[in-house]
Amino acid sequence: MPSAIPRRARRRGPRRFTRRDLLVTGVLLGLPILLDLAVIWGPTLASVGLSFTSWDGIGDIEWVGGRNYHDLFTDYPPFWPAARNNLLWLAFLGLIATPFGLLLAVLLDRGVRFSRFYQSTLYMPVVLSLAIVGFIAQLILSRDQGALNAVLARDNPVDWLGDPDLNIWMILLAAGWRHTGYVMILYLAGLKSVDPSLKEAAAIDGAGARQTFFRVVLPTLRPVNVIVGVITVIEALRAFDIVYAVNQGRNGLELLSVLVTDNIIGEAARIGFGSAIAVVLLVVSLGFIVAYLVQEMRQGKVPGGDRETRRGKVPGKAQEKGEEERR
Amino acid sequence: MTAPALPPRPRVRPGRLGLHAFLLTVSLAFLAPLLLAVYASLRPYEETAEHGYFSLPRHLSLDYYRQAFSDSGMSRYFANSLLIAVPGVLITLFLASFAAFALSRLRLRGATALLIVFTAGNLLPQQVIVTPLYVLFNRVPLPYWMSDSLTMYDSYWAVIVVHIGFQLGFCVFVLANYMRTLPMEILEAAVVDGAGVWTQYWRVTLPLCRPALAALGTLQFTWMYNDFLWALVFISTGDKLPITSALNNLRGQFFTDYNLLAAGSVLVALPTILVFFLLQRHFIAGLTLGAGKG
Repeated sequence: MPSAIPRRARRRGPRRFTRRDLLVTGVLLGLPILLDLAVIWGPTLASVGLSFTSWDGIGDIEWVGGRNYHDLFTDYPPFWPAARNNLLWLAFLGLIATPFGLLLAVLLDRGVRFSRFYQSTLYMPVVLSLAIVGFIAQLILSRDQGALNAVLARDNPVDWLGDPDLNIWMILLAAGWRHTGYVMILYLAGLKSVDPSLKEAAAIDGAGARQTFFRVVLPTLRPVNVIVGVITVIEALRAFDIVYAVNQGRNGLELLSVLVTDNIIGEAARIGFGSAIAVVLLVVSLGFIVAYLVQEMRQGKVPGGDRETRRGKVPGKAQEKGEEERR
Repeated sequence: MTAPALPPRPRVRPGRLGLHAFLLTVSLAFLAPLLLAVYASLRPYEETAEHGYFSLPRHLSLDYYRQAFSDSGMSRYFANSLLIAVPGVLITLFLASFAAFALSRLRLRGATALLIVFTAGNLLPQQVIVTPLYVLFNRVPLPYWMSDSLTMYDSYWAVIVVHIGFQLGFCVFVLANYMRTLPMEILEAAVVDGAGVWTQYWRVTLPLCRPALAALGTLQFTWMYNDFLWALVFISTGDKLPITSALNNLRGQFFTDYNLLAAGSVLVALPTILVFFLLQRHFIAGLTLGAGKG
């Protein structure tokens, strides 16, 4: 990596790095870079390449041009339902779970009593693995014994997870259960770092609570808004574990990630074809990743070593401060 | 928050009561699934099959936990999880902290570009890299003492390496931002005293990063422990699965005893919930450290 070679210092004379320094830096910085390239970026490029072949994992690799993509869009029945489900996932997290998390954060930030209890409880699902969330969902939603049917429909049980028109919504509820707490904690930390004098100034100017929040507080939370947006999109595109734990992503629970996995570890490995689905995921997510990084760069948040961050307050620190106050 | 030193509380307004009612309802709704899982795991299948999960208990026991542990060999899967997560977290933190140090403090050319490469890598969907890695690991030979499958596939090495590679991005990003908030003067003083790069990193910078490292360690442990996909794809021998992926084994081919599955789920969730309660501050700080800067 030529870019990693230290350049000579401008200010501190010619011998800023000794030979030992260069060795240490080269090895210890080179290792993570190599690993990142070998495990993340190399395979990403390989996926793109393989998506233009008809490889089955064993025989020769044969170039087929865009055929996989053509088949994918026109001749692969599970594709569109899966894409639709991913979109639903995004819409549900973005329009329901995320605003709900924000609402909870705002309520908790108003200094209610027992806020620690509420906070811990609402946040707890985040530490569970998505696979566990899937299993717990089965416990509640199974047709014959599930708790929900015991309450709602004793005589006429609804097959919450088996009905292909219904099950995706149930799974979304389970996913939202976990997502809400995550969003809440991010906003809570952000809200704590908002300068209180801003709110006071708005109040003096005659702004109501709602106006203050939407016109003054929310815009200052822009960095948090961005990260929450990114997390929401990425979660929606990565969604896999819950549906796989419930029924391996069939019967109404198809997702793009499941289709990729099915095509590569199924009995008939269609690696070329599976890669094409993965590339669709890649293109969509890269769009968001690039938009996000551009935004970060413009704010000077991912600057090179020289520039100091503009941002004065560190939400992590604000969080710690809040904790100290509480003790 | 509810600091004791606040000015005297205004008398309880109806709005406050409504707020508490709302928060309490939501909290209970959030807790209910977990409580139900615990409750179900304590009751025999025959009973819940007949009366449903919402009935009064006639018979409570820890039998399912015993069964999950003895018959299903969960202790082995727990050990597998630790075998993957502990080295994974330690190596990730070591490599990421040095990379972050070099990229944020040493004034290297191209540091920004490298930071972007790391950060973007962590945001990619796992499925994009799964296929080539699967093929690759099948072709990397390992000696028998490292892997009894003689390839990297179906060994812990594959899962650990992927975890490290994938999480490096997040940790480098968080740590680089954290280090940037440390005063540069400390480092400059060390340089004047003749400290080399290693000393600047290990003796000067790293001790100051302890809060960030604790936060990231907690978070990373939970994430690696909770992983489901990597082990599912890269490990084929059932005995080698980590606990989260092995949970599927409690499900029968034709018949699933959901109470046993509930006991298994509770057992698997327990370590992360414990970690969460003991290290809650670090855990939350870890997430918000990453979020603050992006």
